[in-house]
Amino acid sequence: MSIFSPRMLAASALAVMAAAPLHAKTFVYCSEGSPEGFDPAPYTAGTTFDASGHAVYNRLVQFKPGTTEIEPALAESWEVSEDGLEYTFKLRQGVKFHANDKFTPSRDFNADDVIFTFERQANADHPWNQYLAGITYEYYSSMEMDKLIKSIEKIDDNTVKFTLNQPEAPFLANVAMPFVSILSKEYADTLEAAGTREDLNNAPIGTGPFRFVAYQKDAVIRYQKNADYWGEAPKIDDLVFAITPDASVRLQKLKAGECHLMPYPAPADLDDIRADPNLKLDEQPGLNVGYLAYNTTVAPFDNPQVRKALNMAMDKQAMIEAVYQGSAEVAKNPIPPTMWSYNDAVEDDAYDPEAAKKMLEDAGVTDLSMEVWAMPVQRPYMPNARRAAEMIQADFDKVGVKVKIVSYEWGEYLKKSMEEGREGAVILGWTGDNGDPDNFLSVLLSCASAAPGGANRAFWCNEEFSDLLARAKATSDPAERTSLYEQAQVIFKDQAPWATLAHSTQYVPMARNVTGFVQSPLGDYTFESVDLTE
Amino acid sequence: MIRFILSKLLYLVPTLLGITLVAFGFIRLLPGDPVLLMAGERGVSPERYAQIAAQLGYDKPVWQQYLGYLGDLLQGDLGNSLVTKRPVLDEFLALFPATVELGLVAILIAAFVGVPVGVIAAIKRGSWFDQISMTGALIGFSMPIFWWGLLLIILFSGILGWTPVSGRISLMYYFPPVTGFMLIDSLLSGQDGAFASAVSHLILPSIVLDTIPLAVIARQTRSAMLEVMGEDYVRTARAKGLPPARVIGVHALRNAMIPVITTIGLQIGVLMAGAILTETIFSWPGIGKWMIDSISRRDYPVVQSGLLLIAGIVMIVNLIVDLTYGLINPRIRHQ
Repeated sequence: MSIFSPRMLAASALAVMAAAPLHAKTFVYCSEGSPEGFDPAPYTAGTTFDASGHAVYNRLVQFKPGTTEIEPALAESWEVSEDGLEYTFKLRQGVKFHANDKFTPSRDFNADDVIFTFERQANADHPWNQYLAGITYEYYSSMEMDKLIKSIEKIDDNTVKFTLNQPEAPFLANVAMPFVSILSKEYADTLEAAGTREDLNNAPIGTGPFRFVAYQKDAVIRYQKNADYWGEAPKIDDLVFAITPDASVRLQKLKAGECHLMPYPAPADLDDIRADPNLKLDEQPGLNVGYLAYNTTVAPFDNPQVRKALNMAMDKQAMIEAVYQGSAEVAKNPIPPTMWSYNDAVEDDAYDPEAAKKMLEDAGVTDLSMEVWAMPVQRPYMPNARRAAEMIQADFDKVGVKVKIVSYEWGEYLKKSMEEGREGAVILGWTGDNGDPDNFLSVLLSCASAAPGGANRAFWCNEEFSDLLARAKATSDPAERTSLYEQAQVIFKDQAPWATLAHSTQYVPMARNVTGFVQSPLGDYTFESVDLTE
Repeated sequence: MIRFILSKLLYLVPTLLGITLVAFGFIRLLPGDPVLLMAGERGVSPERYAQIAAQLGYDKPVWQQYLGYLGDLLQGDLGNSLVTKRPVLDEFLALFPATVELGLVAILIAAFVGVPVGVIAAIKRGSWFDQISMTGALIGFSMPIFWWGLLLIILFSGILGWTPVSGRISLMYYFPPVTGFMLIDSLLSGQDGAFASAVSHLILPSIVLDTIPLAVIARQTRSAMLEVMGEDYVRTARAKGLPPARVIGVHALRNAMIPVITTIGLQIGVLMAGAILTETIFSWPGIGKWMIDSISRRDYPVVQSGLLLIAGIVMIVNLIVDLTYGLINPRIRHQ
């Protein structure tokens, strides 16, 4: 058979067709896990938001890439009423929803889509509220949107007015979050008519930079660039998420050229990555804090002097080296330095075991023994809580305080650590949802959050502090808010309900030919601006 | 024969019922619960907790939940995942072919390599081949799978660049699944090189997964062969001057295979356990990893129905193994 036989030609033509995607620019992201689904509203995991909210959808407003500042997205502009109760959004015109093989949009994005997006989460009687069995809207409820939003009105096709029950400055940051990604009402109607409502979660239609193509469970997610994107069109043609749960295997894939970028490298691999000439490592302080929360309602931890003394007994720099392998910075405030209103004038309680010992004696504390709780899971803000607890144990021993380390299964840990009268101090942390200081301070340290179901594990209720937070929430003047939060941080440091341990660094290893990737302080992975050079 | 199969199938019913009870109880006995895990560091207010629990039906007494679950099962409803909200059966069917494909390849390699190795080791007892292969088997049997998998990846994919790191096929190939078996689907797709890519992706995970079964089968074959070769009928066969190949291949091996087949059947269960680690290392989208994720998230419906499905399948495989005895050993057939 001649090598130029028609059959061979046909076969090679087929091969060229099959290989066609290779000629297109394909960007492969080795993601760390599977999305729970593609409807961003019912889920809470960052992994899900990367795969759905950020790739496929947009919101009314968005975080400016690389920052936590708000900028226009599907809303071109907005006005806030004098009393801070009414937000009127002017919607962008000419924005197209994606199409797939079962749906082609007949109209552009408009106010009906915004109302559909919010109403189905807000209203339990909405026909789409329970379109999946056992669905709940955790973010909508935990961000207290249900209590905050009084009504949503369509003024005209391109204008929507939100009326709030009380003024709330973080509202704009909240509506930039993935759980209120704007869905297509028309798509929902089409699915309803076809009797395939679950496709809202399986085959998402959005306005975002990438069009969803296919998902093979636990293996691969495929997207194509949205050629009609209202913003700057993506530079890559195809985006692929190769789901790779193990960090060492992700790195091997990156090294072997099977993917271009990966999240969450193992701290032990960082030196290896830096040494590899084919890779580069992007780093940025994370929007997080790791802390040790005392129970401020139980003696002797109800005495701020005792808490401060214990904080001074702790060698935090040594902990950064041993627990975070150097990839973190010592925390002095409850919010990270990249967040606006961070008060750099606050001074940390310096490491001084001698002074600490004396302060404990002055406070009449002798022969103290306490529990330190070590969380059983790794988090970016706390990669090894057991090791951290052991170091605290050794440090406290030097000032005569005996520590017993305890741990529980993660769910139990979260529950028991919020039980009233809890023994000892708890290691935990927080990663910001939306870049607003209120999302740290109110969630973790306000009087309201000290109630059951809150997240204030110090049970610390300082009226003055909480009052500052409430005032900051009620005003929309950024300068005034900054000043109020700065004062709140001074009170926090003075009262020391926590030992602030560390703000960890986020690392993103990528192939050397990747350009345009912008790290998000919120830990989101978005790819509309990435490109591959030859 | 039919009565034999029916009686075996009848045994499955109480066993499966027992499994529903164990699976249902086991996941609830573990501390922690799905609602708390979903809420994470933020926490969940008691009112909200009660609301979600009521919505999921977890506010009822456990025995009522169990009866409700059994009722749903009888109607063919395996429930929905708490995490993805999708039907458990859909998820299982999407992932199961990947596990079967890997498991089949692994068990075939284990059998087709393990049996000859065991036979040769038995015939050449005490030789260097025997020494090396049995030492190898001992090492294989004690191998920590996770470490072993990573080691192979670093060596063959990282340093030598011979095999892909993970996944089922190169990402440049894309075709919708037809059978779910990548080897078959890649052929059906007609795309050049797809099948070769699927094969190359199977090499490392199947080696890792069959490490333990291969070792067990080789050792079992060796000891069964040694036992049989001392039997009178083998000595008789030799004495009447049959060629050695016939003595070993027909008279010895066929009798030695009975315990070996049992062992191979039992390895199916071992493979399921090995699949959990192998699938995690090689990002293999199968049911092993699915189970582990679901247990750690306390996804009750997935764990209880997933375990039931897996147990059911393992039992059916064992039933098939039981039936193949009859083919090899007429004594069992007649009983």
